[in-house]
Amino acid sequence: MDRTKIDLWVGIFVALGVAALLGLAMKVGNLTSGKIGETYSVTAAFENVGSLKPHAPVKSAGVAVGRVDSIVFDSKTYEAVVTIKIDKRYSFPKDTFANIYTAGLLGEQYIGLEAGGDEDVLKNNDKIAKTQDAVVLEKMISQFLFSKASETDKDAKQSAPASEPEVKPAAAKSTELGDAPF
Amino acid sequence: MTNNIVEIDNLSFGYKGRLLHKGINMVFPRGKVVAIMGGSGSGKTTLLRLIGGQIKPSKGEVRVHGDVVHKQDRDGIFKLRRKMGMLFQQGALFTDLSVYENVAFPMRELTDLPDSMIHDLVLMKLNAVGLRGAHTLMPAELSGGMARRVALARAIALDPAIMMYDEPFAGLDPISMGVICSLIRSLNDALGATSIIVSHDVKETFLIADYVYFVANGVVTAEGTPDDLMKSTLPYVHQFVHGDKDGPVPFHYPAGNYQSELMKQS
Amino acid sequence: MIKSKPLISIIKTLQGIGHRMVERIWRLGAGARLFFLTIVYSAESFKRFHLTMREIYSTGVMSLLIIIVSAFFVGMVLALQGYNTLQKYGSSEAIGVLVSLALVRELGPVVTALLFAGRAGTAITAEIGLMKTTEQLSAMEMMAVNPIARVVAPRFWAGVISMPILAALFSMVGILGGYIVAVPLIGVDEGAFWSQMQANVDFQSDIVNGVIKSLVFGVACTMIALFEGFDAPPTAEGVSRATTRTVVISSLTVLGLDFVLTSFMLVI
Repeated sequence: MDRTKIDLWVGIFVALGVAALLGLAMKVGNLTSGKIGETYSVTAAFENVGSLKPHAPVKSAGVAVGRVDSIVFDSKTYEAVVTIKIDKRYSFPKDTFANIYTAGLLGEQYIGLEAGGDEDVLKNNDKIAKTQDAVVLEKMISQFLFSKASETDKDAKQSAPASEPEVKPAAAKSTELGDAPF
Repeated sequence: MTNNIVEIDNLSFGYKGRLLHKGINMVFPRGKVVAIMGGSGSGKTTLLRLIGGQIKPSKGEVRVHGDVVHKQDRDGIFKLRRKMGMLFQQGALFTDLSVYENVAFPMRELTDLPDSMIHDLVLMKLNAVGLRGAHTLMPAELSGGMARRVALARAIALDPAIMMYDEPFAGLDPISMGVICSLIRSLNDALGATSIIVSHDVKETFLIADYVYFVANGVVTAEGTPDDLMKSTLPYVHQFVHGDKDGPVPFHYPAGNYQSELMKQS
Repeated sequence: MIKSKPLISIIKTLQGIGHRMVERIWRLGAGARLFFLTIVYSAESFKRFHLTMREIYSTGVMSLLIIIVSAFFVGMVLALQGYNTLQKYGSSEAIGVLVSLALVRELGPVVTALLFAGRAGTAITAEIGLMKTTEQLSAMEMMAVNPIARVVAPRFWAGVISMPILAALFSMVGILGGYIVAVPLIGVDEGAFWSQMQANVDFQSDIVNGVIKSLVFGVACTMIALFEGFDAPPTAEGVSRATTRTVVISSLTVLGLDFVLTSFMLVI
């Protein structure tokens, strides 16, 4: 095997590898969408960010407009301060609403921006005042169960003298599950 | 400095108490072809490895140009080895390199010679063994005798002061054997080198050797010029030189009484 | 000296276990020593990089075909199987995510390493074992050439360089195979296929981690192949056994390391 021929083949090999890696990064991975050109950052304080992570998308009307840069805990206000980077091309009014949504029922969490009506727009290092926390599923379920339980408790008290009490819990459970929206 | 290029002084070597060599003394003078002979498993090849510094002796020492081999560090041993050429039993050609590259290997690895000079040197060395026309072949395409000659060309690539041959005649047809035989002698005289041949082929070795050592049971049992040894009446040497079936080296491996062992079976 | 038979057999078994343990540990140490020496003498071998180039050719370039063909089929099968299950839950667009995550995180590095052990690892072991059997290594030493710098180090670096390249190619070709099954054959929406993939594959935590994995596998597989070749008894039987051992040990090491690396990467 000629040395120049080997060099050529190895060159092709390495070029293929680099191309594959670039392809993975650009076409498959989120490197392109993760690298938004020019950004400005704004902060928003939440009482609970749920499972929001850095790099999570920031969307408005379903379109990705930025990314979560960092999440830190503020020990004075006991709130989570989320810094988000928004593409310079998009501007939002000062009274924009920041919500934490979940993609699908159990999917990744992201920040949704809902524009308000203010004339002034958000600038670098501004703070979004209106926020809505992440929905914590366990809280929701426990609230739901709690309210259901109190209802069934009432039912049980009312119907207790009439029929056998052993059957009741089972019946109560079945209604719970039947009514559950998930 | 003495005229002895290599000296082996009271050398013992062995693994865990089982000694292969028990106090061997040998000298290899400048410009001579010296042979070490002995039966299979008598540790002849090991002696070459001791001279090359690949293994350390248990006792005694090997001196090359007056330097004790086993007391050298890695660089020192490598420096000594640059003065040595070794022909391995099966040639040990690099199977992934062509004949040309095999001979060029030591030059490329150990010198900074330009390619054009390496080219000339390789062809000269190959010409010396009569294989200049085969320089494009791969080792797999060579016959046993040719491979041995290429290996010889590689061993003399850097004009070593000491040439070592490990069983240079083993497994060759008579013609190749004759070629190798005369090459060893002529190269030794042309290079002014010292040659050490390890062999058990009596006829060829006696033909070219100036001096012969017989090794058996870990000691030098006999030494002398080939003519002396041919006439020797020592039982071991006589058996070896004339190839007698039985003698001091018995035909039978040590065993118990034949009859009683047969009876035991039934 | 009267001992009951079971006692003797128990002692024999224990001795056997102990002997094997000692031998394993000895081999581990010898392997680590070879690894260390390889690193030490690497500088010497880098001075003549064309030696490493030659080895990249024979380990990397020669493995291209097997890697590309198997990656293509693995990707296609993943898409078929994934679609079969995903469509039950009405989320067949997630097929791109499934194929790409499976390939980039696990199958790319792991299957490449397994194929590499079978294709290039055995070749390295057999080659070095043969060089040892035919005294080529000994001859090199006698020529004052260090076999570790001349033979081992170039092969080591060639393996370490080739493995991530092969793994990246495996992932990419596998995803293309998955694409071909999912989009033209099954009829999943093309936009959804790619966009779901891009939304869920993270450069840092998926792709970079995959590359790190394949680098580690490259070091492990190549080193095992080199050590087995170097350590093989210089007989035909010894070399063939060493070749088998290369495949077995490399495969087990890759799978074990994969678990360790994955658990670390998921924690961080």
